[in-house]
Amino acid sequence: MSSTVPAKPKNLNRLGLAMADYKGAPSTLCSGCGHDAVTSQIIKAFYEMGVHPSRVAKMSGIGCSSKSPAYFLSTAYGFNGVHGRMPATATGAVLANRELVCIGVSGDGDTAAIGLGQFCHLLRRNIPMIYIVENNGVYGLTKGQFSPTADLGSQQKSGIVNDLPAMDLCSLAIELGCNYVARSFAGDPKQLVALLKGAISHKGTAFLDVISPCVTFNNQDASRKSYKWAREHEEWLHQIDFIPHFEPIETVDYADGQVVDVEMRDGSHIRLHKTERGFDPTNKEAALRLLHEARERGEFLTGLLYVNPNSRDFMELLDLVDEPLASLPEEKLRPKPEVLEEIMREFM
Amino acid sequence: MDTTISEQKKDEVDQQQPRAVVNDFSIQVATVNGSGSQSSNNVLMRSIFQMGIPVSGKNLFPSNIAGLPTWFTIRASKYGYVGRKKEIDILVAMNPETAREDVESLEPGRVVVYEQKLNLSALRNDLVFYPIPFAELSGQIVQDIRLRKLIANMIYVGSLAALLDIDMAQVESAISKWFKNKQKAVDLNIRAARLGEEYVRENVTKRDPFRVEPMNQTVGKIIIDGNSACALGSMFGGVSVVTWYPITPSSSLCETLIEYMKRYRTDPETGKATYAIVQAEDELAALGMALGAGWAGARSMTATSGPGISLMAEFSGLAYFAEIPAVIFDVQRVGPSTGLPTRTSQGDITSLFYLSHGDTKHVVLFPANMAECFHFSIKAFDLAERLQQPIFVATDLDLGMNNWMADPFDYPDKPLDRGKVLSAEAIEKLGGFARYKDVDGDAIPYRTLPGTEHPLAAYFTRGSGHNEAAKYSERPEDYERTVNRLLKKHETAKTYVPQPMIYHVDGAEIGIIAYGSTDAAMAECRHQLFSEYGIESAYFRIRALPLTHHLREFVETHKRIYVVEQNRDGQMADLVKLEVGADAGKIRKVLHYKGIPIDARFVTDAIVEMERSDRR
Repeated sequence: MSSTVPAKPKNLNRLGLAMADYKGAPSTLCSGCGHDAVTSQIIKAFYEMGVHPSRVAKMSGIGCSSKSPAYFLSTAYGFNGVHGRMPATATGAVLANRELVCIGVSGDGDTAAIGLGQFCHLLRRNIPMIYIVENNGVYGLTKGQFSPTADLGSQQKSGIVNDLPAMDLCSLAIELGCNYVARSFAGDPKQLVALLKGAISHKGTAFLDVISPCVTFNNQDASRKSYKWAREHEEWLHQIDFIPHFEPIETVDYADGQVVDVEMRDGSHIRLHKTERGFDPTNKEAALRLLHEARERGEFLTGLLYVNPNSRDFMELLDLVDEPLASLPEEKLRPKPEVLEEIMREFM
Repeated sequence: MDTTISEQKKDEVDQQQPRAVVNDFSIQVATVNGSGSQSSNNVLMRSIFQMGIPVSGKNLFPSNIAGLPTWFTIRASKYGYVGRKKEIDILVAMNPETAREDVESLEPGRVVVYEQKLNLSALRNDLVFYPIPFAELSGQIVQDIRLRKLIANMIYVGSLAALLDIDMAQVESAISKWFKNKQKAVDLNIRAARLGEEYVRENVTKRDPFRVEPMNQTVGKIIIDGNSACALGSMFGGVSVVTWYPITPSSSLCETLIEYMKRYRTDPETGKATYAIVQAEDELAALGMALGAGWAGARSMTATSGPGISLMAEFSGLAYFAEIPAVIFDVQRVGPSTGLPTRTSQGDITSLFYLSHGDTKHVVLFPANMAECFHFSIKAFDLAERLQQPIFVATDLDLGMNNWMADPFDYPDKPLDRGKVLSAEAIEKLGGFARYKDVDGDAIPYRTLPGTEHPLAAYFTRGSGHNEAAKYSERPEDYERTVNRLLKKHETAKTYVPQPMIYHVDGAEIGIIAYGSTDAAMAECRHQLFSEYGIESAYFRIRALPLTHHLREFVETHKRIYVVEQNRDGQMADLVKLEVGADAGKIRKVLHYKGIPIDARFVTDAIVEMERSDRR
């Protein structure tokens, strides 16, 4: 790898690593899969943020989306566990080593069906990690069954119609106390990479619901999870700039109320240029109302839906020592003989 | 084992007093769940213990918070027998609902101490009845109805002390110990005990043979429950991530652990926790979190019971194939979820051994006493990291929640074994590593921990679809290599697990095999077999799965083998049969599955019956 002195620092990040150092194995997903587009932006975000791959833990469950951690950051650790249980393994990993930058990639079946319970409890605990749902409304690996995020009335190739309402994971996430909730689209790399960088900066769970079309089973033009529909209907809630903590921040005066500047705990800034909607993502009630209305009207709104950078994450709640539990030496793990003697006396 | 010592003592004592029955009886207190009898029963047990007499205490309780009948049994045994005694010698009948049935179940000549108002003496004429006006007496101490009920319990402790010659000074000291710094409660309870004692001394003429005499068999010993012992073992085993879901009878293991970790694992310099304890949303998450933590290099554990084990099946398989350490305590109970959750069983043996899908075989440890609960817990964490796989520690409700006498635990004599973990420096020196390669010939590969700062350190973890370098593979030869190595690792595990305890007896034709809490009945059973029937028996105590070559040798050298356990199907007996092949015909099953702890008499009778039918 590129631990050697860079010749062209221009193409290297602040750690001296090249974009190539953030790549993974070649994807085995279908050509044109939305997930691969998300993968590219993950690579870009981690590269530009200068996160060392060896500090990254890539967690996943089962499904097409859950395979994708193999396709980015090949020198990071990966854990492809069991269906719907990525939240549990991710929780355990960060408990053991709080220095890990944890990214979980899941799908709409993995999260909204079999893994819904674990998803909810991960959010309640505010586990520090990035949680991405690559949302395409279908089960790909098992060949096209509906998932809980499939839209009411949407039709499978075989003609079967979905007669159950879709779940909105973003509203659920906000409701359960998640403090970084965003919706994006695999076909919108610019917005996605900014949201991913914000997620890397966030302390606590950062949840991204990314509409990521399945080109094989759910890309019919009428499908609300298709490229065509999403491209035609995507509406930005704001234009997003992300200024990382290691770069100088320009102090530009914007017209009153036109920009929301969110300072993250690592010193990075998320700058949101409002659209005519005038949406402010630091207002939880406004976000929930917006999502409700968008659903009623069939709108596809993307951007940062809710952010509160100053929440207390689970590590802080547990008041853990700074050093990772995994590397504590024996003298910190096993109490001394006097302790055992003291306890034994209590039982005499 | 103290079998021989106890047996010599029995002979000595038996010659002293033909009539009186000294330091060898059981007391059963029948009360209503939630009536506060726990304090009084504990004081009663400790008073006898403090007189130097070996005791054990067992709580037979319903799945209920308040209102249903519950029984607490205290056994005093000068021989040091700590298993359940089949016969009840002294019944304390405090529960009107069960009193009649409780009295009717007694053997002739036994004693009934009871609330006078219950009018039990008319039920039988072959028992010794001591009516005592507990309700009335408690009214002399307190007026509050609820308190009166609680206080009545301590009054029977005093009454029993008078009847059995229990030293009142010990009763008072046990009360002080139980109520610790609550001086008001101490005073009140001492008054109650004294009142019960005085009443008996003034109004009751003793007509039964049971009494105690001071001994010196408990000096320096402790009384503890298995869940506490496992919790302590976990703390001294260096656990740092505990993820669990409440389930009877395992909950108190983690709850006790929480208390100890707060006290002794808070970093003195920063005041911060050197551990994380999470109450998970279910058992799937509990094990998932433990595996995430084990994968990332922390010592992790969960504790559950049968229904939780079922939910952990999928993750257990993943951990087996992906080779991730974690410790799983199974405090066994009667299944299923709406079974008898407060009753004991050894019914999870095969499900633990084969838990999950595909070709899985796990390592299971079977502690049989308090010292082993402590030391096997420590060992389990070492084994999990050494073997890189989940390690199950199987206890049961009887071990986990009942009171057992033990020597104070020895401090572990070996440092933590963190297994084969490569550092960044080691990777640099080696020029890389293959996660699933058998480098040392013991089938245990090397691993690195997430966060290791070397570009060649990381690997991708997935079930069994990988080659030696942890790259994705569905090639037939890669899968075969993976599972064959895991089988070889299972062989390696045999050299690491606690070896069986074997008690050879010259000339014994029969061999007895038992494990876990069943062991508590075995010394007594073997003594009964010999002293009453002249049957000599060798004894083999299984302490872990996989079974080792010792088992085959033991079975080979005895004519008939009795496997004693607490389940319906003889789950361990079947595993033994598989292991011994051609000798399987020698295996006989002695099965106790009533939900209450096994007793020696049951085993003795069963073995004698089978031995007799051989001769017919």
